Amino acid sequence: MEQRTDVELKSRQQKAALLSQIGKRWVPLFILLEIIFFSLSTTGFFSIDTAQMILFYGTEIFFLGTAELFVIITGGIDLSVGFVMGFATVIASKLMVAFGALGFSPLASVLAASVLTVFIGLLPGFMNGWLVAQLRVPAFIATFSMLGITRGISELLLAGSPAKNLPPLAGDIGNGYLLFISKGGVFSFFKRPEVPRGQYVWSLIPVIVVLAFIFILIFAFILKRTRFGQHIYAIGGNKEAAERAGINVKRDLIKVYMISSLFATLAGLAYTFKYITGKADAGSGMLLDGIAAVVIGGASMNGGSGSVWRTILGCTVIAVLETGLRIMNLQTFTTYVVVGVILIMAVIVDQSLPNFHRSEG
Amino acid sequence: MAYLLETKDITKRFGGLTAVDHVSLGVSAGEVVALLGDNGAGKSTLIKIISGVHKPDEGEIYLDGKKIEIQSPIDALAQGIETIYQDLALAENLNVYSNIFLGREKTKKALGLINVLDHGTMAEESRKVLDRLDIHIPSLKSNIRNLSGGQRQAVAISRSIYWDAKILIMDEPTAALGIAEQKKVLNLVNSLKNQGIGIIIISHQMYDVFEVADRIIVMRRGIKAGELVVKDTTPDEVVSLIVGAETVKR
Repeated sequence: MEQRTDVELKSRQQKAALLSQIGKRWVPLFILLEIIFFSLSTTGFFSIDTAQMILFYGTEIFFLGTAELFVIITGGIDLSVGFVMGFATVIASKLMVAFGALGFSPLASVLAASVLTVFIGLLPGFMNGWLVAQLRVPAFIATFSMLGITRGISELLLAGSPAKNLPPLAGDIGNGYLLFISKGGVFSFFKRPEVPRGQYVWSLIPVIVVLAFIFILIFAFILKRTRFGQHIYAIGGNKEAAERAGINVKRDLIKVYMISSLFATLAGLAYTFKYITGKADAGSGMLLDGIAAVVIGGASMNGGSGSVWRTILGCTVIAVLETGLRIMNLQTFTTYVVVGVILIMAVIVDQSLPNFHRSEG
Repeated sequence: MAYLLETKDITKRFGGLTAVDHVSLGVSAGEVVALLGDNGAGKSTLIKIISGVHKPDEGEIYLDGKKIEIQSPIDALAQGIETIYQDLALAENLNVYSNIFLGREKTKKALGLINVLDHGTMAEESRKVLDRLDIHIPSLKSNIRNLSGGQRQAVAISRSIYWDAKILIMDEPTAALGIAEQKKVLNLVNSLKNQGIGIIIISHQMYDVFEVADRIIVMRRGIKAGELVVKDTTPDEVVSLIVGAETVKR
């Protein structure tokens, strides 16, 4: 009799362990399920072209997820990323046109405008960080106000219509690929090979995706391997302990909000290069994506945990979903509903399981 | 004997309230001084002045016979005054060695360019200091969250010791612990004492005080109510001094 309860206990423990394993790894499983679902319900989903499309259309999500991750690890939140992104599209577009009007070459205009946009894009983050760290304004309020401020400024700059007349070069970069292979085996880098009209040319590796991952990798390295990265986790784990240990918490928090703004700005630049326009509401629906990606990636909203790698998985869940639903010809709004539901699901899964994956890194 | 750390006539006022009123105390190297008193007696304020959290309105602090100014908690650390608060100030989401090195992480050069965290050295050094204090923690990679109260206390103490504390201030070190763990922490205090560190300990546990302390300083309503040598006194005498039944001046 006793032995039997032992066996029962053991099997129950095994079940719990299995459940916890599933809880830990549900994100990759979920992505797999998504891929299976869309492969069965649409034609041509399971292909390299679609995979590239997911990454291409998902670029902004990858940027915004990374932006939100840094802030969420410190126990804060940045509600302004969507409209900082829009702000960046407007600034970048206006500057490109302005530099062009000053007689700059298209390449010089695009480069100068991009660099300048990055610097201007750091300002909302600096303000957010300063308000949160120095004046102790709750992150929710500071960044929510910044949402309004950046949106308003963008709209004022646009005065009613989206930015236009950008140098076509921007679009060439934004929609460019690293490698082209024609059916005849002719290949070339960056430029489409000269092949007879009508012949199929395979384009591989979108430029914008490569650029995105370079930035994300650099900051993943900073988060995981440097003292500053370690301090971000410490601040999220116990802010007072971090202060007492001599960490300059205020300065680090300002940096973190600036990183968030930087990635929101990069998302804006990606948008500008892809769609050759600037719109105040370019990223209006994407705040949900950014936060959802981080939470799906297992980070706690209380701070102290989360990783770039798992956030990228979270972003992938959303990017696959968006592309899949688009191929199914469902409206964009459907995505919002589904992402909202997954976000809630992620939090419930997270809370209903023992705290196994609340670790750093 | 010359004191390692000495405060002279420290006074701190908060508005109309005098939290600490001309208090002098001293602690020698290798000595444990217990600071006792009822709630609101001014113990914590006094401790916070020594650890750089508050600045005194009057009075002087001497370290090794030299007058010092303590500008901030960081400044106190730099001068070798470490404080372990009741809440321990550990980042629970980080592992043991990351906490020991919190804010002072060891780095190495990656690719000859960038400073990256040197996990190997930090783990090794942490192991050394834990061994020195005879503390057993199975894995230095386990997060603080997964450790017991006594183990956490041990990590907090190791952190102070690693950074060459001359003076260690401990606020209620055994308050949240089980009996067996209390015993371990007291042993730890004794071994620190033998290593020549001056220790100030705040505690409500009379047993702890008589177990480890050499001298007892009692505070009542901001003033120093008395000073007793542990081997010449009894718990009853200490208690009556705390509650004010009898004033002993020495």
